[in-house]
Amino acid sequence: MIEEDRNFTAELAVIGTGLAGFAASIFALKRDIKTAQIGNTGAVAYTTGYLDLLGSLSPDYPSSIEDPWQGIEQLKDSHPGHPLCRIPKTDIFTAFEQFTSFLGECGITYTPPEKSNIRVLTPAGTLKPTLCVPSTMKVGSTAFSQKEPCVIIDFKGLKGFSSRQVVANLKDKWPKLSSRRVEFPDMASGEIYPEVMARSLEVPATREKLAKILVEAAEDAKIIGLPAILGMHTPDLVREKMEQLTGLQIFEIPTMPPSVPGIRLREMFEQLLPQKGVILIPQQKVDKLVFIEDGAQLSLSDSFGPITIHSKSVILATGRFLSGGLEASIDGVSEPLLNLPVTQPASRRKWYREKYTDYRGHSVNSAGIEVDSSFRPLDSRGQPYSKNLFAAGVILAHQDWIRGRCGAGVAIATAYKAVEEVEKLLT
Amino acid sequence: MTQKPKEQRIETEVLIIGAGVTGAGIMRDLALRGVQSLLIDRKDLCAGASGGNHGLLHSGSRYISSDLHSAIECREESTILKHVASQCIEETGGLFVAVEGDDPGFAENFAALCQPAGIACDQISCADAKKLEPLLSDRLFKAYRVPDATIDPFRLALLNVAHAQMLNNSSFRPHTEILLFTVKDGKIESATCRDNRTNTTLTIYAKQYINAGGAWAMNIAQLAGCKDVSLLYSKGTLLVSHDRLTTHVINRLRPPGDGDILVPGGTVSVLGTTSIRVDDLETVKPTVAEIDINVREGAAMIPTLAAARYIRAFSGVRPLLQSAGGSDDREATRGFALLDHSTQNLSNFSTITGGKLTTYRLMAEKTCDLVAERLNNSEPCQTHITPLPDEESCKWTEPGASPKYWYKANDPEDMILCECEMVPQSAIDEIVKDAPGAEKEMTLKAIALRSRAGKGPCQGSFCGIRIASYLYDQGHYHDTTGLIHMRDFFNERFKGTRTVTWGLQAAQMELAEALHCGLLGLDNINDD
Repeated sequence: MIEEDRNFTAELAVIGTGLAGFAASIFALKRDIKTAQIGNTGAVAYTTGYLDLLGSLSPDYPSSIEDPWQGIEQLKDSHPGHPLCRIPKTDIFTAFEQFTSFLGECGITYTPPEKSNIRVLTPAGTLKPTLCVPSTMKVGSTAFSQKEPCVIIDFKGLKGFSSRQVVANLKDKWPKLSSRRVEFPDMASGEIYPEVMARSLEVPATREKLAKILVEAAEDAKIIGLPAILGMHTPDLVREKMEQLTGLQIFEIPTMPPSVPGIRLREMFEQLLPQKGVILIPQQKVDKLVFIEDGAQLSLSDSFGPITIHSKSVILATGRFLSGGLEASIDGVSEPLLNLPVTQPASRRKWYREKYTDYRGHSVNSAGIEVDSSFRPLDSRGQPYSKNLFAAGVILAHQDWIRGRCGAGVAIATAYKAVEEVEKLLT
Repeated sequence: MTQKPKEQRIETEVLIIGAGVTGAGIMRDLALRGVQSLLIDRKDLCAGASGGNHGLLHSGSRYISSDLHSAIECREESTILKHVASQCIEETGGLFVAVEGDDPGFAENFAALCQPAGIACDQISCADAKKLEPLLSDRLFKAYRVPDATIDPFRLALLNVAHAQMLNNSSFRPHTEILLFTVKDGKIESATCRDNRTNTTLTIYAKQYINAGGAWAMNIAQLAGCKDVSLLYSKGTLLVSHDRLTTHVINRLRPPGDGDILVPGGTVSVLGTTSIRVDDLETVKPTVAEIDINVREGAAMIPTLAAARYIRAFSGVRPLLQSAGGSDDREATRGFALLDHSTQNLSNFSTITGGKLTTYRLMAEKTCDLVAERLNNSEPCQTHITPLPDEESCKWTEPGASPKYWYKANDPEDMILCECEMVPQSAIDEIVKDAPGAEKEMTLKAIALRSRAGKGPCQGSFCGIRIASYLYDQGHYHDTTGLIHMRDFFNERFKGTRTVTWGLQAAQMELAEALHCGLLGLDNINDD
């Protein structure tokens, strides 16, 4: 194989391919900004498909909140540094609208952002607050709130998803919920995997076989819940066909990550963003980022050789420890690409509370980089590292996306804001 | 009309309090002499020091400078155990190594000190030591080989209990805590206990009562009014690395100090330990400072320890006999004490404490000699000659063994629940059904104690969810208490990970928290 140097130029380079990075590319597309995006897309597969804005006011209150918009107001009092407090709510709303409508145009319809959170099901049969859900999961939420008769179905050989578990944990709140186990068509023995099931349901013959099984399992119920397996590329279509074949209302519950709803998003982004003009370099890590006169130069390499990207601006959306945007060592937390200062607890002794599931969360989870009001990362003197550099997503300090149930909210809202600032810079 | 709940009453020949390896060993020793017993523990098997140590079967050489008597006991006992409990032991061999900065005089004298204890100790060249263990420091200046080995205390305790249960109608009751003894006419008449899971009380009537409470032995003795047990508590903290770094046990060739032993255990290595005097037994847990000391000291012998990936840390408490004196707890005797409490005017109560994992069998033997005599039983001890039989439900604690059983069975329906350690559904079935201490609604913690589940790099964050799901599926869990079992299990594993979460483990922790709290909401469930 011949190695060749490849050079790209862009107006914006997005580093990171999690929700924040993809949201940034989508918002840049909307604004006709020529964008290159680089990063390992693995982390998106770990999302459940639920897009949370703000589900909890941890550490102040243990329980989940109904109205995330009101929640942001409360957050402004208690955590003014929280990234969600630094963006107008109307912009956050627009960001969610633009993001979800883009997903819909690409074949994965989402419910639009509303005034309040909805309660959605988890694979353990617990409930969580979220803002937007894939339309394949919507019915579960309404069926729960109406307490309608419903059968949760699981499959022999599919581990980690037990309909008996879902029902056991919900039966007090949802008396007409019951469980059934069935065999997936042509997968009667051994272990079976959600991804394989989802792909096989893209085939009409498999759908017909499964429909017969589901009708029998539903008995008198008109609504059934399945683990998320309704197709990989056309989930809305697969669900619609299954509903026609069965005459039932069908919804999905995400399985344990990496689950089908996350893989759907990843594959859709990887496929459609290049078609829409984004230079997407997935599965690669930026080795070097230097800022030069009026822009930046990114260096990386893949199996075909080195790649250089010249870009007028950069959005750093590299995530936290899981995605490599932050690194933890025995001595402290650092940001590996630019060695940006990381706001963090004074000592490792203070990283974690005694109890893991303490609803107040752990202080290391709020570590991250600082940005100015334009979301430009700050250097050790408290000055913007470069006028061409912006940051988005959970790499930002002063938020605990896990306890706050605000991962997608921070990602989408800050990506929107960062792209807006990029546009200002470019014009 | 409300009826008063009937008080539960249990009769047994001997009540053994404390289910560490010593209590388990006593249970089997008695059973081999034809004596029936009931073993209780307020938590579970190996909940104290028996589960919180290096898993090192000492050759004795560690103690030659401070305690010759213990060194000889270790040499004798390790030799016996290698014969009778070989399934729990890996004969790794051990090295003692001195690095620049260590006392050359001590290093020089080492073989001569081993001799009176009868411990085989061979000096080898530093080059040969490096050949045996390539990760050893380049700054080595002295090395010896000794017959150290490793031992799995969990399997050892499980097998002892399983054998006793098989021999006669001896039985084991976990989460049963002693509350008070009723003493009458120089004898303990009964022991009142609480079942910590159901919060009910029960009264146990026995002819003989044995206190094998380890670090808790002083507290238990005091419940019987005995003031003759006097212990000091020395806390030790250890770390578990993601990989097995050496084939041998590696000891620092110097008087015992912090972070100077690295013990391989199946697929991992265990580094430790520190030694800190503590007063309170209930709040013992690793601290960041202890972790940092262990890593720094360990790195002097094995430099890669400074950058190794650690998956877990844990602490144990050494019960030290107070008579020892001296300023360094490691210099205190590691011998054991058997008290018959005759000076406390009790004729059916005995306490065994002190000692160490390597000498557990001997401790059990001495205790059972006393108790058998008090019961007019003249059967001699057999544990030094009777091999410990294997038992199906106890085999799952062995590192690396689960995959072998699984491949061998080749059953496509038997799905792997713990992917790090390859623990299949059938292991869970077997443990829930037959393992010592098994019960209907078994906690994830209790299952993990009887298997490798949760011991790998993810520390249970995935398998905890899968196993819970499977237990729901099989009808063992049937309401939201299953969520509490999950939460408690993850909280328990966190005690081990919170001080060593950096590097790749920080990524692991972020994913785990996203799953457990962000998705499943285990940070937001009510206990009632």
